[in-house]
Amino acid sequence: MRGMATAAKPSAAAPARASRLGVLWTSLVGKKALMAASGIVLFAFVLGHMIGNLQAFGGPARLNRYAELLRVEPPLLWAVRIVLLVAVVVHAVAGIQLWLARRESRPVPYRRYAPTVSTPASRTMIWSGFLVLGFVVYHLLDLTFGVANPSYREGDVFHNLVASLGRGAAAIFYVVAVAGLGVHLWHGLWSMFQSLGVSNRAYTPGIKRFAVTFAVILGVGFAAIPLAVLFGVIGG
Amino acid sequence: MEAESKVSPPTAAGLDARIPPGPIEKKWETRKFDLKLVNPANKRKYRVVVVGTGLAGGAAAASLGELGYEVLSFCFQDSPRRAHSIAAQGGINAAKNYQNDGDSVRRLFYDTVKGGDFRSREANVYRLAELSVNIIDQCAAQGVPFAREYGGELANRSFGGAQVSRTFYARGQTGQQLLLGAYQALERQVAAGTVRQFPRTEMLEVVVVDGRARGIVFRDLVTGRVGSVAADAVVLATGGYANVFYLSTNARGSNATAIWRAHRKGAYFANPCYTQIHPTCIPRSGEYQSKLTLMSESLRNDGRVWVPAQAGDRRPPDQIPEAERDYYLERMYPSFGNLAPRDISSRAAKHVCDEGRGVGPGGLGVYLDFRDAFARIGRKVMDERYGNLFEMYERITGDDPHVVPMRIYPAVHYTMGGLWVDYDLMSTVPGLFVAGEANFSDHGANRLGASALMQGLADGYFIVPYTVGDYLARGGLAKVDARHAAFRDAEREVAERTRRLLSIGGTRPVDDFHKELGTLLWNDCGMARSKESLTRALDEIPRIEAAFWKDLKITGSGEELNQDLERAGRVADFFELAELMCFDALQRNESAGAHFRVEYQTPDGEAARDDAHYAYVAAWEWKGSGNAPALHKEPLAFENVHLATRSYK
Amino acid sequence: MRIVLEIWRQKGASAPGRFVTYEVPDVSEHMSFLEMLDVLNRRLVEKGEEPVAFDSDCREGICGMCGFLVNGVAHGPLRHATICQTHMRHFHDGETLRLEPWRAAAFPVLKDLCVDRSALDRIIASGGYVTIRTGSAPEANAILVPKRAADRAMEAAACIGCGACVAACPNASAALFTGAKVTHLGVLPQGQPERPARALRMTEQARAEGFGHCASIGECEAVCPAGIRLEVIARMNRDVLGSLFARGEEAEPFAALPRTSPMRFFEAEPGEKVE
Ligand SMILES: Cc1cc2nc3c(=O)[nH]c(=O)nc-3n(C[C@H](O)[C@H](O)[C@H](O)COP(=O)(O)OP(=O)(O)OC[C@H]3O[C@@H](n4cnc5c(N)ncnc54)[C@H](O)[C@@H]3O)c2cc1C
Ligand code: HEM
Ligand code: HEM
Ligand code: SF4
Ligand code: F3S
Ligand code: FES
Repeated sequence: MRGMATAAKPSAAAPARASRLGVLWTSLVGKKALMAASGIVLFAFVLGHMIGNLQAFGGPARLNRYAELLRVEPPLLWAVRIVLLVAVVVHAVAGIQLWLARRESRPVPYRRYAPTVSTPASRTMIWSGFLVLGFVVYHLLDLTFGVANPSYREGDVFHNLVASLGRGAAAIFYVVAVAGLGVHLWHGLWSMFQSLGVSNRAYTPGIKRFAVTFAVILGVGFAAIPLAVLFGVIGG
Repeated sequence: MEAESKVSPPTAAGLDARIPPGPIEKKWETRKFDLKLVNPANKRKYRVVVVGTGLAGGAAAASLGELGYEVLSFCFQDSPRRAHSIAAQGGINAAKNYQNDGDSVRRLFYDTVKGGDFRSREANVYRLAELSVNIIDQCAAQGVPFAREYGGELANRSFGGAQVSRTFYARGQTGQQLLLGAYQALERQVAAGTVRQFPRTEMLEVVVVDGRARGIVFRDLVTGRVGSVAADAVVLATGGYANVFYLSTNARGSNATAIWRAHRKGAYFANPCYTQIHPTCIPRSGEYQSKLTLMSESLRNDGRVWVPAQAGDRRPPDQIPEAERDYYLERMYPSFGNLAPRDISSRAAKHVCDEGRGVGPGGLGVYLDFRDAFARIGRKVMDERYGNLFEMYERITGDDPHVVPMRIYPAVHYTMGGLWVDYDLMSTVPGLFVAGEANFSDHGANRLGASALMQGLADGYFIVPYTVGDYLARGGLAKVDARHAAFRDAEREVAERTRRLLSIGGTRPVDDFHKELGTLLWNDCGMARSKESLTRALDEIPRIEAAFWKDLKITGSGEELNQDLERAGRVADFFELAELMCFDALQRNESAGAHFRVEYQTPDGEAARDDAHYAYVAAWEWKGSGNAPALHKEPLAFENVHLATRSYK
Repeated sequence: MRIVLEIWRQKGASAPGRFVTYEVPDVSEHMSFLEMLDVLNRRLVEKGEEPVAFDSDCREGICGMCGFLVNGVAHGPLRHATICQTHMRHFHDGETLRLEPWRAAAFPVLKDLCVDRSALDRIIASGGYVTIRTGSAPEANAILVPKRAADRAMEAAACIGCGACVAACPNASAALFTGAKVTHLGVLPQGQPERPARALRMTEQARAEGFGHCASIGECEAVCPAGIRLEVIARMNRDVLGSLFARGEEAEPFAALPRTSPMRFFEAEPGEKVE
């Protein structure tokens, strides 16, 4: 009878015996921490990347010099690329796993559910995530491998950029994607502090300000380039 | 037929409470030393059923489990943590003397005996005062977040008109925090496998084999399955029966079924007529009212109680000039004024309302006015003191006490009566122990504020675990399991009763009858009783009961979650209990504590005790339906506190 | 006033359920929400139908027994209040209200609006206590507790275990409930010895019960009648991570945590505004 079940139900395995890394990945808290950590890496990259991209406003020479700079130390470049790759994989896999698990936690959905205070961003992380993922894939084919680029010239980053974003459709997709990134970070940048256990009633207001600020900076900063190219401000 | 004559004459031989010899300070120590101990290796072989997971039951089950017994813990809520103890607000007393204001075990003992109007057992009360100290240590160690001073020491407040400041509290949620402490201890044992818990499971019979309590019959409230478990001892910690009045400050589910079933199986019921009324509750707003909410008495420190001087004055309070207000408590009890004790201020309120001067819906309410306090100490300070209470009041009534005076009215709050137990908390059925509000307790005829939590935990943590062990160690327990005929019979009884309730097929829902019974008791066996009102009630109750068994309507079946069926079973028992309450009130020809017989009062309306004839515990024996119960007396001796009448003039 | 109710009716755990519409024509604004349901049930019984099963006990917001969604919001529209404390004056004449039970894999529906919340008990059983023998406690004032810690503990301990946080969470996460207990015991000196293991065990039990993860969405905090704050979740995560990263030996894996925890820094909460 139920009472028996109450006693019978297995309690969590003694943490002492479980392997730390194993628990880190299997436990929901650990997984979220990994997402936060990878999120930080990705955040750092996009921030730097945006600053780099803004060089485009300084003209072809300037952007290309920056691009070359990235390549003077190949081992370093690859190191960075590997770190990024790992981060994206960990982040995406964890995110997708949690998203799938989430459905099992509430098999029967509410007929009517009314959110009260939560932001839409917080409830759509997986979708903004997928958008970003999809974008990155296309983006690499476009500007790194050039296969998706109308007229790819090895080494001439500026040219490739203008060539690609000169097409309205591409430019708009870029803008939408980075807007998605902004939304993702709007919630993500605050949530990661919760996941890492850093926030409390003293810090939270500041953390939320930080999150919004950078979400906007990145969104706008990135969006500026495709728009500038589209309207001929860059490469016009 | 004249009601009194129905009561068979008291047996000459009193009851033996098995109080240890020696000076009162040494009694518990002596008893503990005489206790037989169970060999640790054998503990696991003994099974103890604990019914109830409140402070008393939760603490007992956790402690017994920790000692190594096999414990089965039952409650009707969906989790042990929801026992009614959770609702206690004010605090818990303990003779720690942290305030260095001259408190001591002896003083707490003295205050409790006096507060109980000399109708409690000295030895038990002294033990309670002694143990109060350990309770605070235990709970603090469990992580109960008691209020603290800036220095990190425990804070105290004074409560219920005590001269010393000995009440420990956790915000306005002391009961909740103490219960969660016990609940967590209980869950720890569940994890350890020593306790198995059965939530949503209601006990419906005690099973007695060879004169000993050997188990219970229960109904799984979700599946409706009736089953039974055998045990070597049974502990009932099922709380009070205030809900016999329908409207009370108790939780909706609180009921007397467990103790009443035990009573029918041979456990004597002591002092059923001692029911405490709390003066400051939110009045009922209409017929649909399902329960009453307590407003902390602390409000009386700064509020002034009044009603219009003129009967039938329906003007809104702010339009009633000072001259036409009657601050009756201040008028009648100059020295205590608005702080007059619970029973006194309750009766005064009922009195003025009976005069037609009551306010609010149905004229059942009096004003508790903070106007002067706001003027005197300002809104800010007041909100610091009572902010949450004001909020709670406004949430319920929709009125803002900052603007309109509160309306309050007395309500049944606590029942001092309960199953009779000896010094070991064992009832007249060997092996059946009773703890907490369910036993007739240490509060005599009236309970002091903040002392019920104390008693529940003392019983649960520090008394029952010892005395149950002693009982088991003394042996003589034949091997009995649930296949025994006695269990089958009990199960059949229960099933039969359920079938009967479902098959009445009348027209009225169960709450109808409960309300009718409650109103009757409130009027005739409530704050003030008289021979006449009680005799009337004794004629009325059987009438309502008969109607219940004829015209009750329950839909749904017994093989599923059926909340009406649950309630019906409880109400059926309330009828029988109500009758016993009236018998008890009728035989007690005196006024003592919460029991006020209008015929027995001093010229100035004070309770008039009759120590010469009524200094005893009235323990009633069930003689079968239709037959009058038999009265047994346990004489009370007062060797350490001298009999004195209280005066609050 | 007149209220239309669309209530989830489900005969038993395994039976299928559906919404049934009822009308209560004569609701008084002074009724509590549950008293309004009592009135409905009374009518149903008189008509020979089965009353709507819903849990309640104290009816004053402390036992945590009551709870269901009203128009998609756990415990209804009134903030920081249980449904039993919500009175009809907060609704308007002719309003239609949809009542739906808590929904979560870990909270199977038993009947109508009643669900089984025993999973919460098992989370507590997995570590939500201080291991202390009855009768072995030291003198209460021997362990001083800073007032602020005591107040913090009390804030978190106020959780009534109603499960609304789970019900409102898009992930059906019990993070707020679990975090509240982890915080209550974690800020008190009495809770330190078991602190590192506690958070990990409890969160692992929550996972085993089928509760989801926390994505910091914040609906739980909004519907919590006891005013439990999101920060308890951060603290819980901090303790879990602390225990995972603690440099401890196999024998006493987490003993060293409180001192060596990389999260130690954040305990301080400098310059915090105390509301
Ligand atoms: C509003 C309010 C405020 C109060 N404030 C204070 C205060 O400030 N200080 C103070 O000292 N006292 C206070 N009291 C009194 C005190 O709370 C109670 O007397 C005390 O908590 C009773 O505890 P208990 O363990 O005996 O029973 P309860 O806590 O009532 O527990 C009864 C248990 O028995 C179970 N049960 C009952 N019948 C059955 C059955 N048939 N089958 C299975 N299980 C059953 C229930 O499920 C429950 O678990 C207050 C009371 C009320 C109503
Ligand atoms: C530049 C790229 C990205 C950055 C900077 C980023 C950043 C973040 C951050 C900081 C968080 C908060 C983590 C936490 O709550 O602890 C987060 C959450 C999340 N991210 Fe990303 N992310 C990126 C790309 C992606 C991608 C590619 C996916 C994959 C689909 C993804 C899916 C998610 C999901 C689902 C969450 C919510 C996890 C949860 O349920 O709490 N993100 N992201
Ligand atoms: C709309 C604004 C963006 C512009 C104009 C832009 C531009 C570029 C350019 C020119 C390159 C090629 C650099 C080179 O080959 O040296 C590049 C590479 C890259 N971009 Fe972007 N990018 C934008 C947004 C983003 C975003 C939002 C992300 C991630 C979410 C991203 C991720 C990458 C990655 C991973 C590379 C490959 C870097 C490498 O070679 O390792 N970019 N981007
Ligand atoms: S945290 Fe709040 S919502 Fe969740 S169970 Fe506790 S009281 Fe209910
Ligand atoms: S709503 Fe759910 S996601 Fe976390 S913050 Fe509350 S538990
Ligand atoms: S019934 Fe107790 S909280 Fe609502």
